[in-house]
Amino acid sequence: MSDQTELTQSYITALGDAVSEVVVFRDEVTLIVPKARVVEVLTHLRDAQKFEMLSDETCVDYYPREPRFGMIYQLTSLSRGMKVRVKAMLSEYDATLPSVVGVYRNANWLEREIYDLMGIVFEGHPDLRRIMMPLDWQGHPLRKEVPVTVEENAFSFNRERIDAGKPFAQE
Amino acid sequence: MGLEQKLGDMGVVTTSLEKAVGWARSNALWPMLFGLACCAIEMMSTQAPRYDLSRFGMELMRASPRQADLMIVAGRVSRKMAPVLRNLYDQMPDPKWVIAMGDCASCGGVFNNYAVVQGVDEIVPVDVYVAGCPPRPETLIDGIIKLHEKIKSEPLKKWQ
Amino acid sequence: MTISELPIQIEDSPLNTVKTEDVQLDITLEQLRRLVSPRALSGETMLLNMGPQHPSTHGVLRMLLELDGETVVSCIPDIGFLHTGIEKTAEGKTYLKAIPLTDRTDYLAPMSNNLALSGAVEKLVDIDVPIRAQYIRVILMELTRMNSHLVWLGTHALDIGAMSVFLYCMREREMILDVYEAVSGARMMSSYIRPGGLWRDVPAHFGDLVKKILDVFPGRVLEYERLLKDNPMWKERTVGIGKVSAADAIAWGMTGPCLRGSGVNYDVRKAFPYSSYEHFDFSVPLGSAGDVYDRYRCRMEEFAQSLKIIQQAMDKLPAGPVMSDNRKVALPPKHEIAYSMESLIHHFKLWTEGFKAPEGDVYFAVESGKGEYGVYLSGDGSPKPRRLHFRAPSFHNLQPLTEMCKGALLADIVAIIGSVDIVLGDVDR
Repeated sequence: MSDQTELTQSYITALGDAVSEVVVFRDEVTLIVPKARVVEVLTHLRDAQKFEMLSDETCVDYYPREPRFGMIYQLTSLSRGMKVRVKAMLSEYDATLPSVVGVYRNANWLEREIYDLMGIVFEGHPDLRRIMMPLDWQGHPLRKEVPVTVEENAFSFNRERIDAGKPFAQE
Repeated sequence: MGLEQKLGDMGVVTTSLEKAVGWARSNALWPMLFGLACCAIEMMSTQAPRYDLSRFGMELMRASPRQADLMIVAGRVSRKMAPVLRNLYDQMPDPKWVIAMGDCASCGGVFNNYAVVQGVDEIVPVDVYVAGCPPRPETLIDGIIKLHEKIKSEPLKKWQ
Repeated sequence: MTISELPIQIEDSPLNTVKTEDVQLDITLEQLRRLVSPRALSGETMLLNMGPQHPSTHGVLRMLLELDGETVVSCIPDIGFLHTGIEKTAEGKTYLKAIPLTDRTDYLAPMSNNLALSGAVEKLVDIDVPIRAQYIRVILMELTRMNSHLVWLGTHALDIGAMSVFLYCMREREMILDVYEAVSGARMMSSYIRPGGLWRDVPAHFGDLVKKILDVFPGRVLEYERLLKDNPMWKERTVGIGKVSAADAIAWGMTGPCLRGSGVNYDVRKAFPYSSYEHFDFSVPLGSAGDVYDRYRCRMEEFAQSLKIIQQAMDKLPAGPVMSDNRKVALPPKHEIAYSMESLIHHFKLWTEGFKAPEGDVYFAVESGKGEYGVYLSGDGSPKPRRLHFRAPSFHNLQPLTEMCKGALLADIVAIIGSVDIVLGDVDR
């Protein structure tokens, strides 16, 4: 474990000023990176520090904080047995950032999913269209302003009211 | 099989046409392969050796809707899948029946959100609702037997 | 659909106004041009829809195939037909109540999903799990792995044409479902593994049920091997099909038997051990060629390794509690409620309000039968998560389908999809 701590220290120093903050929580390292340097940081981690696999890429909605969105990249090093998380914060009024498809190929569908569900536009993505929702869906469902539930829970006192509003199919 | 009167030794049985047609229709229903999610696995378990569905003549799932007469909607129907479901239902020839298997097909189930249709009866008319998440194979077989009874008691004019 | 009134009104955010001319009804010609070869648009090759309802797509997966005769030129998967919004629904539930939602993502291996979320919550809230609970979790995880592989083998063989293997696998699976039912009451969606340990201790006949599985399974697995392993028809259909090189597999983020079939030795149980896996002695089978046959061999070897782990765990199973005794997080045992006021209050508060998690991000991964199943949890100091994201192994394993199917015949696509072992509940969540 101590050599892992040394390796962690070495790559943090190697990245230098690209990393604006380092957070260690429950033995997990998170590097907070400005959005313009994400591709550079990920390329360095993949090539020089041997984080070969992008395990996951996701987005968190920190409403009502500003900057609102946090892009999370979870990297795994198979040869060294280490994980690291890279985080880039995006503002709501400028929710675009460069795509990392050139660095890790599996970001293709991951970024499509984030675009579909959160509304973040990735510049340079080869095929940015909706993947989970139908193509004519309006809105981005995973944002905090979309309500979590759709129908009020049915009890014995409100069954008729709910059934009156539901569309039942004809033949 | 309605045995109203047996005429002597001539080997003739009289019954009503409705009863004969209902008996014939119910005893060899061919389900269409429409397993969507977890309930599909329980449907596969129902066809498996322990809870055998082939005793009802239903072990072969027809993939083509043109050859099926029962659609067991097994699993949650998402908003993207809903037009496909209606399309397949329309492609099935009469007479046809629908079993809504599981809670998600009956009422939306655990998922009360933007992506799941709250009950497949918003899209197709359902004959039998089978509850459970997922329903045990015995429950599904109970639902199928209830459907058999419903078919046997259907008037002939329904599918004209 | 009736939408209850919006709790938050964001007036002036520029991204929230969707103009009607931006609504896209279907895939545009320009997008299609990027995905298929130019011969499709001129009509030389045929565009065929292998639709959401199909006997061999293992769920609702739609693929757009561009065929030149019977050879596939390009294959574009279209997913989303089972999208359930589980991640969004989980934001409205406390951490304990979100456990049943995880059962429904990868529904062929429900207990491993429970373990992933439980492990993430335990990491976030920083509580310990008693050793007996960890060993029982290992036994259930390995049974779940066998459950998942049995369904994989049955459906894969059924698609390629060996129908009797399907019925044999379903018969074996019933034994594992008996164990599930004995411990938790439900055949599939058990929700048995919870943050802090297990729901309750295993019943008295658990040992007998597991022993029956350990006695019977090696012979049954041998039966499947005899049917398929050296069968010339099986080898014709699977050897050399759907090759993925090791570098490609890592670049595409594949995990599980798909990655190990290409020769890369990465198993989350060995690389980042969890739930006392480091106490057990097992090996990880590796393939070499990365084709359908090698992935099949990897999964068949994993049966034997799982049985080995279960045997070791049953031999060494310690006595003790099965739930953590941190009463701020874990529920008190039911019998205590009758005589202890604190237990009653804890029970009430934990079920209605839930325990508060600190602000922070954690990522916890388990090795399910399909690959690395991870949970990313972002807590915000309240009892409900701010964001719960599942790293779905089938989502990543399905992405390189286009590359794997290039140049294959139409019948090989069925074999390739079967070998990738996807479950659409995981892909679409």
